[in-house]
Amino acid sequence: MGEKNMNIIKMIKGLVVAAIISAFSFATYAADSKKPIRIPTHNWSSQVVMAYVIGGIFESMGNNVEYVPADSQAVYESIRIGDIDISHEVWESAFGKSFTTALDKGGLLDWGDHEARTLEDMGYPNWVAEKCPGLPDWTALKNPDCAKNFVTPDSGGKGRMLEGPQTWHGDLIPQRIDALGLGDLWVVKFAGSADALWAELAAAKKEDRGTIIFNWTPNFTDGAGFTFIDFPPYTAGCRPEDGGDGKCGSPDGYLKKAVNADFVKTHPKAAAAFKKMSFSTGQIGAMAALVDVDKMTHEDAGKKWLKDNKKVWKKFTK
Amino acid sequence: MELLKKYPKLFQWLFLLIVFFALCFAIDVPETYKFIRGQAEFIKDPNQSTYTLFGKEVRYYAFDVLWRLPPLLGWLPIWVNDSLFFLLNEWMPMEFWNEDTQEYKTRPLVLQITRTITASMTFLIELIREILLGGAKTVVAFTSWDWIDKNPWAELPGLPWTIVAAGAVILCYKLSGKGLAIFAGLVMVYISVFGQWKPSMQTLSFILVAAPLSFIFGLTLGVMAYKSKRVEKALYPLLLVMQTMPQYAVLVPAMVLFGIGDHAAVIITMVVAIPPMILLTLLGLRAVSPEVIEAGKMSGCNNWQLMTKVLIPTARRDILIGVNQVIMVCFSMAVIAAFIGAKGLGWNLLLALNQLNIGLALEAGLCISMIAILLDKMSLAWANKQEDYFGNLTFFQRYKNTLFFAGAVLIGAIFAYAGSFLFKDSFNYFSEIPHNKGISFADFWNKGVDWIWDTFFQTLKIFNTWLITEVLQPMRALYLRMPAVATITLVVGAGYIIGGIRSALVTAGLVLFIALSPWWDRALVTTYMATFGVIASCTIGLTVGTLCAQNKFTTKFILAVCDIFQTFPSFVYLIPVMMLFGITDTSVLIAVIVYATIPATRYTVEGLRSVPPALHDAGSMSGVTKLQRLINIEFPIAFPHMMLGVNQTIVFALFMVIIGAFIGTEDLGQYILKALSDKAGGGKGLILGICVAFIALIFDNLIRTWVDKRKKHLGLA
Repeated sequence: MGEKNMNIIKMIKGLVVAAIISAFSFATYAADSKKPIRIPTHNWSSQVVMAYVIGGIFESMGNNVEYVPADSQAVYESIRIGDIDISHEVWESAFGKSFTTALDKGGLLDWGDHEARTLEDMGYPNWVAEKCPGLPDWTALKNPDCAKNFVTPDSGGKGRMLEGPQTWHGDLIPQRIDALGLGDLWVVKFAGSADALWAELAAAKKEDRGTIIFNWTPNFTDGAGFTFIDFPPYTAGCRPEDGGDGKCGSPDGYLKKAVNADFVKTHPKAAAAFKKMSFSTGQIGAMAALVDVDKMTHEDAGKKWLKDNKKVWKKFTK
Repeated sequence: MELLKKYPKLFQWLFLLIVFFALCFAIDVPETYKFIRGQAEFIKDPNQSTYTLFGKEVRYYAFDVLWRLPPLLGWLPIWVNDSLFFLLNEWMPMEFWNEDTQEYKTRPLVLQITRTITASMTFLIELIREILLGGAKTVVAFTSWDWIDKNPWAELPGLPWTIVAAGAVILCYKLSGKGLAIFAGLVMVYISVFGQWKPSMQTLSFILVAAPLSFIFGLTLGVMAYKSKRVEKALYPLLLVMQTMPQYAVLVPAMVLFGIGDHAAVIITMVVAIPPMILLTLLGLRAVSPEVIEAGKMSGCNNWQLMTKVLIPTARRDILIGVNQVIMVCFSMAVIAAFIGAKGLGWNLLLALNQLNIGLALEAGLCISMIAILLDKMSLAWANKQEDYFGNLTFFQRYKNTLFFAGAVLIGAIFAYAGSFLFKDSFNYFSEIPHNKGISFADFWNKGVDWIWDTFFQTLKIFNTWLITEVLQPMRALYLRMPAVATITLVVGAGYIIGGIRSALVTAGLVLFIALSPWWDRALVTTYMATFGVIASCTIGLTVGTLCAQNKFTTKFILAVCDIFQTFPSFVYLIPVMMLFGITDTSVLIAVIVYATIPATRYTVEGLRSVPPALHDAGSMSGVTKLQRLINIEFPIAFPHMMLGVNQTIVFALFMVIIGAFIGTEDLGQYILKALSDKAGGGKGLILGICVAFIALIFDNLIRTWVDKRKKHLGLA
């Protein structure tokens, strides 16, 4: 009887020791977990291709990866609570707010910037320049002769600008147009999705009519020629939401990376490599162009980019 | 006076309209009123009024109460948001062991619970997905990622497409015979040859989890509602709201609670698919005649036996129509679920649309339609199949199909194995044709869209400009010009005239909820678009339906067309429509009309076809012409059923107006879209969805009450 009890106690002791050793060894032995790294994919090309590029780099290091379709604003909350591991395109102007909110709540870490700088603002495809002399300076928009080239049936006789979905920046652009005194000549319409913007761009080109849309760089439109309007420069606090008068354009923004705090512990090597990863505007534009111009699938585009740019990415893994 | 006695209703309606217009003219538009573009609660403006209720500050622009009611319910979305946030982030934090980091971590209880539910959901999805496509996660669930990394042989290999196709064909043959088997074969080959195998199986795997779960929950709840009046009373209003709520609005709270991924997609699909299942179960059980139940009781059944052996088998037909509905709804969610992380056809479709590659999106969309129709036909065949209790079959006859399937598995496996040698350095086509190696007619379709553009654009532009400036803009202005009091009077008055005090109270409750929410103006814009869409859809649907119902073949044809359009993801035609008509209300309305014409047509055809032939003959004998017969006999008899079609048309139109947010609208839909990206959008999305549901329910209530009365009058009920 007693012997049996002793045995059980021994066994438990053994188990505890084993558990401690295994926990300890886990802590010191800094290899990556084989659990797949969950990379989000959003609905624009460069982001999806870069997801496959980064996934490919992780795979070359022996990690498993998984791609999860996700909403581009909600993703930061998902990273924070651990449903997703990383984000590789945090655009300052569009997602800066969601990102910092999640950052402050804890669980999400700022994992450094890309080399590329970003700009998101109203602009026009280059063939439109002749319809409004004086562009890209914003004061050209004050000219009624310019505005009338941008009238659409539903704009009530004013020139129409097509802003992205309200999701992206709320009423920023309408407020800016009013603040700059352009409200009598211009009206801002919200498109419902990025698709709507590209459809407008394609339709305007076919019809050869003027169009001013919201766009960003790096993007696939860079290749075909797209110019952003020079609004008065951005200064900290100039936006209405920060208490300013709203008479300013968009900032020259960062393109950041973010990770879940636990990811750094479970995949230390991948996290270290991810911290080093940095792509330039040219590289990101090239990734997007493989899909948007060469019509490859996102996955193939990612593979091709990896194959052609070994020199660029190999150094991240070391 | 004579006239008044003869047509009392007519005068009631006239009186109501006079009051309505009098109110409209008597109440002026306040000078400060303008359509608020942004969300009032975000922009701080000294002109705003505020009040605080339950600790939530609500800001709004105050107007004369007769013009716009103050948003007394404005605190509700904020309150729901904050409660959800509190539940998920702060309530009952506990220590949980984290397997990955090997340390304890504090997590709120609800978050942990929802994540545990999702983990089991994910396991089921991955199990089916890996049977079909191969992978390691199922094995990992019992071992670990490190183990599988060292033992790669243990990964599930995934069935080659040839075996799945053969299985589907054999199953269809068993269920219904040659015709369905050939159709199944064609669908499978199409999917595979066009390189859509992987996304199709991904979509299928989450549907194969969502559909059975919806069936089980729906059946259980239906039985419970049948057994207990109290459960039924509690469920009924919920079901009504769920059935009319745009699926899109459910996404937001689901995402807040369950995160993103395939599991969340399963949950929201279930939320949408369960209500019709409950309703049809209830309907079926109700229809079981008391004699059958008596017979069961006399044979000494206990409650459980009575349910499983007597009631459910007798109600089998309605229950199986419920299954059929569940499948259709699941596929209609395939694209919408992609917004919260469902992999597969839906996501590919959205990506293709993002590149304006309409052809590619079309092919993915067709896959969804075809799989849906196949499963739908299979479930129907299963519903109608009679069990052969007396067949005296030999072993071979009995297990013929199983043996064939075993043979197919063997041959498929051999082929797949041989394939791995045959296509050494490229892809194994006998196992799975990859997405980029299939045939694609995408270029052809894209050229077709270009051709339409080049040929018709100028004409369409003239039409578009006319429509917007002469019809849509004035109509919208008129809707927004209605003082709130006038609108409410009109709706409640209509309720009273049609259904008496009861209807008046119900509609009053619904319309007041919307009027007291912060989104009355938006709801008016939604209603304006829905009204236009419904009028156009009904006109087209009634005409086409009436013409097609005259002949058996055209009837069959038009019903098949309805089937395809109903399951075909509406997102696909949003893009070409946008190219042709710009980012305008016209584009939204065209999409609305394409989608909402389906029920209008379907119900017209069904209604006209259900007129008893004896009545036809009676008419012909009295010497009526075909046209007279149509107008005087068929229409009056079919009218109640056709009105239910109008009811469905309204629901469909509202759904599509909400999806129109992707083109760019200024209505409730745009706010739902915005709520999806909002960190604290759960409450807003939900309340906005309820507002849309209430618009539909107002019409639903009026139409149903009217139809019931009319049916009694005709002696049909």
